[in-house]
Amino acid sequence: MDLTLVVIQCLNGMQLGILLFLLASGLTLTFGIMDFVNLAHGSLYMVGAFLCATLTFWTGSFIWGVLLALPLTALAGIAVEFIVVRHLYSRDHLDHVLATFGLILCIDTMTHLIWGAEGIAVPLPAFLNGQVELFAGIIFPSFRLLIIGAGLIVAGGLYYLVNHTRLGMLIRAGASNRTMVSALGVDIQTLFTLVFALGAVLAGLAGMLIAPITEASIGMGNEIIITAFVVIIVGGIGSMKGAFIAAMLIGLIDTLGRSYIDDLFKLAMSTEAAETAAPAVSAMLIYILMAVVLTFRPQGLFPPKVR
Amino acid sequence: MTDQLDIARPARSTLPLTRIVTIGVLVALAVVPPLAKLSGYDFYLDLATRLVILAIAAVSLNLILGYGGMVSFGHAAYIGIGAYAVGIPAYHASYGEFDAIASYNGFFQIAIAVTASAVFALITGALCLRTRGVYFIMITMAFAQMVFFLFVSMETYGGDDGLVIDTRSELPLISLDDALTLYFVCWAALTVSVYLVHRITNSRFGLALQGAKGNEARMKALGFNTYAYRLTAYVIAGAMCGFAGALLGNFTTFISPEMIDWTRSGELIFMVLLGGTGTLIGPVVGAVVFIGLEEILSDITIYWHLPFGILLILTVLFFRGGIMGMVAMLVESRRD
Amino acid sequence: MITKSMTTLLALAASAGVALAKDVKIGFVTTLTTPAGVIGKDMQDAVNLAVEHIGGKMGDLDVKILFEDDGFKPETGKQVTDKLVKQDDVDFVTGYIWSHVLLASRKSVIDAGKFLISSNAGPSPIAGKLCHENFFSTSWQNDQTPMAMGEVLNQQGVKSIYVMAPNYAAGKNMVAGVERTFKGDIKGKDFTKWGKDAQLDFSAELAKAKASGAEGIFVFYPGKAGGAFIKQYQQAGLQSVMPLYSVFTVDSISLPKFQAASMEGVLGSRMTQFWAPDLDTPQNKKFVSAFKAKYGKYPSFYAAQSYDTIFLIKSAVEAVNGDLSDMDGMRAAMKSANFPSVRGKFTYGNNHMPIQNFYLREVVKDGDGNWTTKIVSTVYENHQDSYAGECPLK
Repeated sequence: MDLTLVVIQCLNGMQLGILLFLLASGLTLTFGIMDFVNLAHGSLYMVGAFLCATLTFWTGSFIWGVLLALPLTALAGIAVEFIVVRHLYSRDHLDHVLATFGLILCIDTMTHLIWGAEGIAVPLPAFLNGQVELFAGIIFPSFRLLIIGAGLIVAGGLYYLVNHTRLGMLIRAGASNRTMVSALGVDIQTLFTLVFALGAVLAGLAGMLIAPITEASIGMGNEIIITAFVVIIVGGIGSMKGAFIAAMLIGLIDTLGRSYIDDLFKLAMSTEAAETAAPAVSAMLIYILMAVVLTFRPQGLFPPKVR
Repeated sequence: MTDQLDIARPARSTLPLTRIVTIGVLVALAVVPPLAKLSGYDFYLDLATRLVILAIAAVSLNLILGYGGMVSFGHAAYIGIGAYAVGIPAYHASYGEFDAIASYNGFFQIAIAVTASAVFALITGALCLRTRGVYFIMITMAFAQMVFFLFVSMETYGGDDGLVIDTRSELPLISLDDALTLYFVCWAALTVSVYLVHRITNSRFGLALQGAKGNEARMKALGFNTYAYRLTAYVIAGAMCGFAGALLGNFTTFISPEMIDWTRSGELIFMVLLGGTGTLIGPVVGAVVFIGLEEILSDITIYWHLPFGILLILTVLFFRGGIMGMVAMLVESRRD
Repeated sequence: MITKSMTTLLALAASAGVALAKDVKIGFVTTLTTPAGVIGKDMQDAVNLAVEHIGGKMGDLDVKILFEDDGFKPETGKQVTDKLVKQDDVDFVTGYIWSHVLLASRKSVIDAGKFLISSNAGPSPIAGKLCHENFFSTSWQNDQTPMAMGEVLNQQGVKSIYVMAPNYAAGKNMVAGVERTFKGDIKGKDFTKWGKDAQLDFSAELAKAKASGAEGIFVFYPGKAGGAFIKQYQQAGLQSVMPLYSVFTVDSISLPKFQAASMEGVLGSRMTQFWAPDLDTPQNKKFVSAFKAKYGKYPSFYAAQSYDTIFLIKSAVEAVNGDLSDMDGMRAAMKSANFPSVRGKFTYGNNHMPIQNFYLREVVKDGDGNWTTKIVSTVYENHQDSYAGECPLK
């Protein structure tokens, strides 16, 4: 096995893991605090990407595009919370799943109506469009490196927010015991809206970071949201630490699976069968991981202490 | 899974009106689509066939979701398993290899569909039922995704592209190639399924199942092994849905992993919820309305997902208890 | 859409007895939703333009086109096809971007005794053992274009390539095609997940390609995946070490997007195809200039094939003087390919696949600075697909 390739694939896996973490952190927040299952979280990821794409062309700079799109995504999140989500907190998970499934259909179609079906390719500034040599022989696209860096900074920021601020205290308290927080006289509705907006911004950021690699396109969120759900289930709902570790784990498993499973299969079966089976099996890996984790730990790897 | 599912209590389904609705819906399904076919609207018979088959799947999901409180987000897996149980033997009967399973025999194919689904439900159910709430929703989805990717990986049977079968299941005396015969077979299967669920839910087993949904601790204290009850219901529902899958495979003569996609499982849940969870005929009504809406809206505009999504949200927000819940409410208000 | 539902209503209102044969009804199945909807839109535009150019008439009959959306799913494609043949009672079913959608829908049309004309997809079974007298293609068999590319690679002395394609019927055909003619070494192969949630991030595959040390990379990524691939190919810095050889990946749909995003690396990249906007035939000149005038963009090859489809049907309907029950007459007329095609004169093989030229194209800037493709050379003349021999038709 080529060691350089292994290192590069691990970096690729980390980059995917970071994106998953950005999505999963918002999910696990809304889930942990509001006990709300949001399938439409992926739609906010898509909205973020489209807003960023439009603003990048408008301002002529990707950086400005991101900076302007972030607050707009927050507003979009608040709007969704205000119109639909707010009325569902008292309902059960089944209602959440269905209503947000309806939201996905609505937001996807509205995006089609506003931006057209073709999707938008987002241009990067030249200094992000190249490659950097990390060590001898390890050459990696600079933008993917930026994603890893940005994601780690956000993760650090979230850690600080959750553990060292008043808002974080409420969030932690909310994840453990919701009734107690409202009994303490905290305006729970505002807290919920705030947390939902924060989740939207995190999802939007993930969308903005992936848009220059793939592109802003309709339904892009539905592809990744199920994986993000797998992340929070594996990590344990409501646990930020769990989300981070599970995201990295799943990013690595998925990427390494895509890289090496076909070679592995070729040892056991014909080349042709291996080539066809490998992509499907590597896509299956994360679900196998989830089933195994839930079999042995029905609450995920890091369940919050009190529920 | 609490208040919302309890809205339509089994006690209400014994009301004469709901019984009339149940029989009325089944009779209407027996009469209207064949009439459409005889008046030259072949396509509507096709539509009704698909509808009736999906209604069977919804009825089976309702057994565990409505009466058992188990929200399976992977129920479409059984449709896929059932459909491939028809497709794979037919494929080998047409193109050779694996003579042991190569067959056009309908009884053989259906036996495989039901057995494979039951076994899959038993294995996965044993694991899934260890979890609760949203973990259960997600782990059932995970298993369905595994089945999805399993069929995608099977190059012989078309992988992602799906499998076209040239010969439908062969049964004695009747030919499923005749659209009307196929429809009546599906309709009879639906009627039997509804009756079966009716008998199950009113049996001691069914009452224990519903009891476990309402208050598990009490049922356990009374000495019921709730896990075993749940698992049994889960296996019955899986087998029933596998049978629906075998019919769907025969109807479309095209089988693809797409049938197992998580959105399909979501649609089944929607049918159950729309019609009314825990009511006998609710899932059938839900399937009729769902397929009808899909057909009408998609005919008007390619952007039909938008009104459809809005309807979905509105249903969840305002029509708790679904259509049958509203029927029950109407009855109540009249009495008062 | 309004016209379509009105047609449906009319069809519903009219009882079976009323004569409906005053028009020729064509069902057009394509993808109108999902990001791939942009391809369907291009085809729809071309069909509408063609109908306009023939004045909405084929002989004495009015032309009615019924567009249906397959949602990028074989199952939905089959459902709408069933509806077209059973409810709308169309005379021709055409369109079909995707090989798997076409394969799933084929039986419905053939069993109903209608003509099935593919405006794009060309999976191998349909050219070979599943060929049918009522099936025609205005495009190509999937293997042909990559075969031409394999030939180009040989001519340019490329010794080894890395191959990537989506994991579905056409992807496998494309790879089989290039493997059939390319004489060098294939260093590695990746099939990636396809469908409505296709894989779009190719980081792992590109890293493998780079590590393989191949001299070039061959890809087939139609639609949005093509754009995503090319961006990542550039971001990974591969264009200096591993030149890109693609089929159906860079087209008139993706080029304006690349241009808007200033992806200069695409300029000069090469692909093979049976057609190009600058192909010098009278019909093509008319088509391309009218398309540009009406829609303000270059037509894609999908559009060109769709435009041809309407003219092919017109030739059939006029050959039988509007007697749509004369299937044999219409079949014979189509088989002779006696219509003005944008690709110039061509013939049909026994399996009703075109026997036609394949060209090498290059991405260039046109006079107005827009990015387009132009023909560099002819790779194959009158090329027939490799599956014709498996087809029992004469």
